[in-house]
Amino acid sequence: MHDVAIRARGLSKSFGGTPVLTGVDLTVPAGSLLALLGPNGSGKTTTVRILTTLLAADGGTATVGGHDVARESVAVRRTIGLTAQQATVDDLLTGRENLELFGGLYHLGGRAARRRAGELLDRFDLSAAANRRVATYSGGMRRRLDLAASMVAAPRILFLDEPTTGLDPRSRAELWTVIRELLAAGTTILLTTQYLEEADQLADRIAVIDNGRVAADDTPAALKRQVGSERLALRLARAEDVPRAGAALSAGPGDAAGLRLDADAREVTLAGQGPDHLRRTLDVLHRAGIPVEHVDLRTPTLDDVFFELTAAA
Amino acid sequence: MSAVGTAARTGTDREPGTSRWTSAGDLRRLVVRALRHEARTPDALIVNIALPVLIMVVFVYVFGGAITTGSSGLTYIDFVVPAVLLMSGGYGAALTAANIATDMTGGMIDRFRTLPVSSWVVPAGHVIASVIRNVVATVIALIAAIALGFRSGATVTEWALVLALVVGYVLALSAIAALWGLFVKSVQAAGALSFIVLFLPYLSDGVVPAETMPSVLRAFAENQPITPMVETLRALLLGLPMGDAGWLTALWLTAGVVISVPVAAVLFRRRTSA
Repeated sequence: MHDVAIRARGLSKSFGGTPVLTGVDLTVPAGSLLALLGPNGSGKTTTVRILTTLLAADGGTATVGGHDVARESVAVRRTIGLTAQQATVDDLLTGRENLELFGGLYHLGGRAARRRAGELLDRFDLSAAANRRVATYSGGMRRRLDLAASMVAAPRILFLDEPTTGLDPRSRAELWTVIRELLAAGTTILLTTQYLEEADQLADRIAVIDNGRVAADDTPAALKRQVGSERLALRLARAEDVPRAGAALSAGPGDAAGLRLDADAREVTLAGQGPDHLRRTLDVLHRAGIPVEHVDLRTPTLDDVFFELTAAA
Repeated sequence: MSAVGTAARTGTDREPGTSRWTSAGDLRRLVVRALRHEARTPDALIVNIALPVLIMVVFVYVFGGAITTGSSGLTYIDFVVPAVLLMSGGYGAALTAANIATDMTGGMIDRFRTLPVSSWVVPAGHVIASVIRNVVATVIALIAAIALGFRSGATVTEWALVLALVVGYVLALSAIAALWGLFVKSVQAAGALSFIVLFLPYLSDGVVPAETMPSVLRAFAENQPITPMVETLRALLLGLPMGDAGWLTALWLTAGVVISVPVAAVLFRRRTSA
């Protein structure tokens, strides 16, 4: 289990002079799931395209399954499966025909390709729709077929680029179940997502990517610890009080560590530090004549982690 | 420059350990895929089956009565059949551009590129499928012509040359369409080629005699590639003198294939490596 499945060092890439990646380092141990978490345009897809040999990096090195992505692209391709963001299954073919086509292109041989297609349709719960054209599939079915297509050659390493974007909650939960099963069967998975909950649910490690570099790389629990054990959230009665509350807390006698203002939600949050801190904070607001509507102490979400890490940069 | 930079060339690398026969098998699978697309797309079926018959009927019965065949002395159906044969295959061949652009702009090309196959089989599969279906479309147009009264005294050798010309014509057009489909950035832009291909036969000697056109158009009609092809088909099917038309046709078609295939290969390489 100490084998490294994916290793990237200093990957950089620019498009037309605009840097997209500025030195990405990643290490994914075999049999684990790394979530690459970041907003749109942060460089997630570019990283995946470099690691899957679809794109050449400008600088840096990467190995996947022990093979260099630049010099041994063919060997890398034999090791990996990719479910890209755009649909990579054929709409005009049936689910079964898609899987048989890919099986054929992996040179499994006719009979083996048909058997493998049948197995995958069963496993991904698509047998009932196997002989329907993919154009008639729901979004969730299409993603499952896409995933099945990536599994035709039973790859050891799987890349999933935003696999659940645009899916309804039920389809998302179904896909999570499938991903957990693949992980349990020993597949190494690199998954990109903009959903913090998804990363929290599935990942052994999370790499937060922002502006083309990895801002943090740790376990979900450790990342949460980084922003303190709890968050104190105060909802104010009036939105226009939010900036004033921020100023008062920063100047006041209490500790305003991790202060964040959200005028839209009428919310002021800061790192929670126990009952005394809570009382001092409320006193400051009371003296400033700012009515508080609701007080909440909560465990930090990955949203909080993400905000801390990317806003500071 | 680090070692990663060399990945630019990996997109079309020949798979080591796979023989020419494996590539032939991959190509066959992609031709079958493209033909399945055809069979499942109603507008493609209309273009390939109904359109040839409709064009033939419209020219023979609708325009035929009003158009003179000039100094050729031919009946209009004999005069127009070669042009309609070329229209029948040509329009479908131009659709190859849209088919390739669909694969290139959607996610499919990424899927194929992560498979252990030489990715050139993707456009090549579309071109070969295009040749198959458009030769069939041309045969359908010919059957319609015969049903409407067209008769040919061609020998077996002449029929074989007609077939060779039709195959060469749809191959050259499909290769040009592939080039265009790899050049443009959207499926919509890829469709523009169909318009040109559909229009070109009208500005040739194929539909109305070039001698009836104003001088500028006439000069264009006499020097564009469709005219010698029409004249070659007339010579083969109707026993007319061929003149230079046969050689000019061979030259145009060879040039079409020889120029567009390498350019398409360069464009494909560029699109799959950036």
